[in-house]
Amino acid sequence: MAALSTVDSTVDSTVDPAVEPALVDLSLTTVRELNTALHAPDVADKAARWRVTSPGGKHSIAVGLDADIDVVIEGHVGYYCAGMNKTATVTVEGNAGVGVAENMMSGTVRVRGNASQSAGATAHGGLLVIEGSAAARCGISMKGVDIVVGGDVGHMSAFMGQAGRLVVCGDTGDALGDSLYEARIYVAGTVKSLGADCVEKEMRPEHLAELAGLLAAAGMDADVVSFRRFGSARRLYNFHVDNASAY
Amino acid sequence: MCGIAGLHLREPSLYPRLGELLTGMLCQVTERGPDSAGVAVYGDPRWSPPGESTVSLLPGGVPADDVATALRATLPEAVVVGAGQTLVVHAATDAETLTDAVRTVVPGALVIGAGEDVAVLKGVGHPQALAAEFGLPAAQGWQGVAHTRMATESAVTPAHCHPFSVGTDQCLVHNGSFANHATIRRELTAAGIAFDSDNDSEVGARFVAAQLAAGYDLEKSLKLLCERFDGFYTLLVSTRDSFAVVRDAIACKPAVIAETPQWVAMASEYRALAGLPGVESARIFEPEPEEVYAWQR
Amino acid sequence: MLSQPPLSPDPTLRESATYDRATIAEIQRAAETGIYDIRGGGAKRRVPHFDDLLFLGASMSRYPLEGYRERCDTDVVLGDRNATFPLHLSTPVTIAGMSFGALSGRAKEALGRGASEVGTSTTTGDGGMTPEERGQSKHLVYQYLPSRYGMNPDDLRQADAIEVVLGQGAKPGGGGMLLGQKITERVAGMRTLPMGVDQRSACRHPDWTGPDDLEIKIRELREITDWEKPIYVKIGATRTYYDVKLAAKAGADVIVLDGMQGGTAATQDVFIEHVGIPTLAALPQAVQALQEEGLHRQVQLIVSGGIRNGADLAKCMALGADAVAIGTAALIALGDNAPHLDDEYRKLGSAAGFYDDWQAGRDPAGITTQDDELARRLDPVQGGRRLANFIRVMTMEAQIIARACGKAHLHSLEPEDLVALTIEAAAMARVPLAGTSWIPGQGL
Repeated sequence: MAALSTVDSTVDSTVDPAVEPALVDLSLTTVRELNTALHAPDVADKAARWRVTSPGGKHSIAVGLDADIDVVIEGHVGYYCAGMNKTATVTVEGNAGVGVAENMMSGTVRVRGNASQSAGATAHGGLLVIEGSAAARCGISMKGVDIVVGGDVGHMSAFMGQAGRLVVCGDTGDALGDSLYEARIYVAGTVKSLGADCVEKEMRPEHLAELAGLLAAAGMDADVVSFRRFGSARRLYNFHVDNASAY
Repeated sequence: MCGIAGLHLREPSLYPRLGELLTGMLCQVTERGPDSAGVAVYGDPRWSPPGESTVSLLPGGVPADDVATALRATLPEAVVVGAGQTLVVHAATDAETLTDAVRTVVPGALVIGAGEDVAVLKGVGHPQALAAEFGLPAAQGWQGVAHTRMATESAVTPAHCHPFSVGTDQCLVHNGSFANHATIRRELTAAGIAFDSDNDSEVGARFVAAQLAAGYDLEKSLKLLCERFDGFYTLLVSTRDSFAVVRDAIACKPAVIAETPQWVAMASEYRALAGLPGVESARIFEPEPEEVYAWQR
Repeated sequence: MLSQPPLSPDPTLRESATYDRATIAEIQRAAETGIYDIRGGGAKRRVPHFDDLLFLGASMSRYPLEGYRERCDTDVVLGDRNATFPLHLSTPVTIAGMSFGALSGRAKEALGRGASEVGTSTTTGDGGMTPEERGQSKHLVYQYLPSRYGMNPDDLRQADAIEVVLGQGAKPGGGGMLLGQKITERVAGMRTLPMGVDQRSACRHPDWTGPDDLEIKIRELREITDWEKPIYVKIGATRTYYDVKLAAKAGADVIVLDGMQGGTAATQDVFIEHVGIPTLAALPQAVQALQEEGLHRQVQLIVSGGIRNGADLAKCMALGADAVAIGTAALIALGDNAPHLDDEYRKLGSAAGFYDDWQAGRDPAGITTQDDELARRLDPVQGGRRLANFIRVMTMEAQIIARACGKAHLHSLEPEDLVALTIEAAAMARVPLAGTSWIPGQGL
């Protein structure tokens, strides 16, 4: 496949791939070629670590990965970076566009800068860390992912969140956790407003422990006692005429 | 449905680089709107020399030389500059006089911008090719707006391109789709306002121009727009002294703002901002729903 | 809802046309319950449809083909614009997206068996892909919906095509609602929801809106699946001309156009009956949009919403479709509304031929249910055979018509082979009123 040979040519064969990362320069290589190489069945044997330079805000970088590899992207990425990730660890050394790690299944995705809207949308598992702030709809329809945000999140975050945990070390926008199912939310800063059926809940020891674990996994240095917990009041689980205005 | 990029320069030493920077931004949002594109440049000495006014027009097939010859009968100093499918006319008179003169000598032309500072350039084609056609990389000035278009419900023609510049030195670009524009168009039409296209975004531009004409400032005008318009929109609106961004209440259409002491920039995606000088230290954020972000010159 | 009050005992009493008995009953029902009527199925009102069109068979000016002997092919290739592996189907009758959740696992299996037997595709729905369905479906289209219930990259890669769903003919612009009684342990597990809760599906995708974002989303799906699979975009028929243009511009390989008669598992009656346009009205708009983009037959068009027989199929093909999809008709073929179940339908307040409470999960035919006991009534092998029979009949019927029009392939049917019985149908289909050369609305 032509795509592989292009990427291979950027891998310096004099270095040990187990030690030195494979290099891919997206100013010379297309996203298609990069993803083809990362999808190869033997990618982890070929190079366990990958370094991607000049991402230039391109879309769909490192999507659909399904291997125990570590990919570092040096710069800003566009929409859907690390979308549907499984197993792999992807780090963005910059800002991420819309839908970073959307529908992620497992593995770790870390954004050193800010993330645009719908970060971690519908993600089923794994850990998404946003060291900066996330915009609107962070964790929308989340289905089991853990999301830790170092800064703030925008409006409608965790909208229809079904499962998983969202940790916000900064402030939230309006309508946090609207129409929430079973996802749990922890916030250290101020909550601008809660969405329909989202309520503050008691912070019990098991929640402090859970939060401490999430912060540690994300490498965040925050004090658990400053956080509050939010969850579903479960009033919208079955239609009742008296709640009609909340739908 | 489109791509937006805008740059408001605070640092005069960057003015000579406006066109170069704006071209880079425009190229990064090409994929969002490959049908056609338009730009507005504030303060380019070729198009808008100081002390003169400028009118931008789609000449409807009339050659630049014929326009110049006809205009000089009444305005001997008028200069006509070709920029792709657009002509830019400037002369040492006020914008209204120059607009009237253009309309008289080229009755088939569509005036797409007028003022003391702004040149508006539009065309159908690939945005990157259009930027070259416009001569955008060499443009100078203090503020610029670029738009790439993926047409939704109206035709792909230069006249349907953004920016919509319907008031003196004003421009509006839009990403999204208004849901009740037909009614607002009827109301504005009933109030005597004429339209150039059936584009929903022009309704937004005419509405803002009407509020500004009524004496409201840009911020208030955009607040009123939020009250009146349904639908999804990210808007970038500029005037001869301001640069403003607003999104609808749901705020789905993308928008990123970056601010440094040297400039303020707004784009549909980060990638359009990534090449700006000093972006590493910029304050970068996404605008909140229905909040007006405005910067004054 | 079949709750006909008794006929007026007194012939001097006059029923109101505006406040007829059904209207009165609905006002009374709403006042009692405080909730709108939710039901399954598609629009029940009469709308201009393919029945209002007729074919011009050959006689003197055209030459017919000999039935059963002279070639009249039916195969179709879907999604060859970008995908390495487009779908090659033997018949242009495909099975529309219907979810596991709305339907039982056995019903999904039966659909897969029937479709595979005749060389066509079936489609998942809101709720993910089941092993039964994947196992029994030779060609399986995986729906990518706003809810992303059960959505995962492994199933995406296992699919033969991906269908990005923007809307559905029964409810363009609306989300979904699967009522709690159908959220069993298995359904809940696949959707990551607690058992028994009403499951709300969003009306917009969580991470993109509009054609500019869709273009980027389609590219992501292609990247994840290494450009191997066709990407379909499904829209409900409303502003069809624009929507089809934008879907094509955004990069769709195949556009699925679902008219207002298209079915649904559970939607508000007001939505089903009052939003969207008839399939007949939408199809010519879609074809025009593709022709203007130079993409007709490059981007294939699948039409659904009230497709019931070979005549409907042939008429869709003549108006420019590449294939059709059946949903309600497929369920009927499996055994939905079967006459021998009349007693049981009556116990549920309905009758055979009228049952539409697909949302309720009490389907005596064992199709629209998650109740194991009811579901066991459907034999997936026998159901699959019935569906295969039905699709074969549809295909043969369309061939009969095509041959009569002198066509060696269903795709050779054209609008000029059709006339309309009513002015409405003539205007919508853009074919002349029978016996005239008048196409209402043309040349204005």
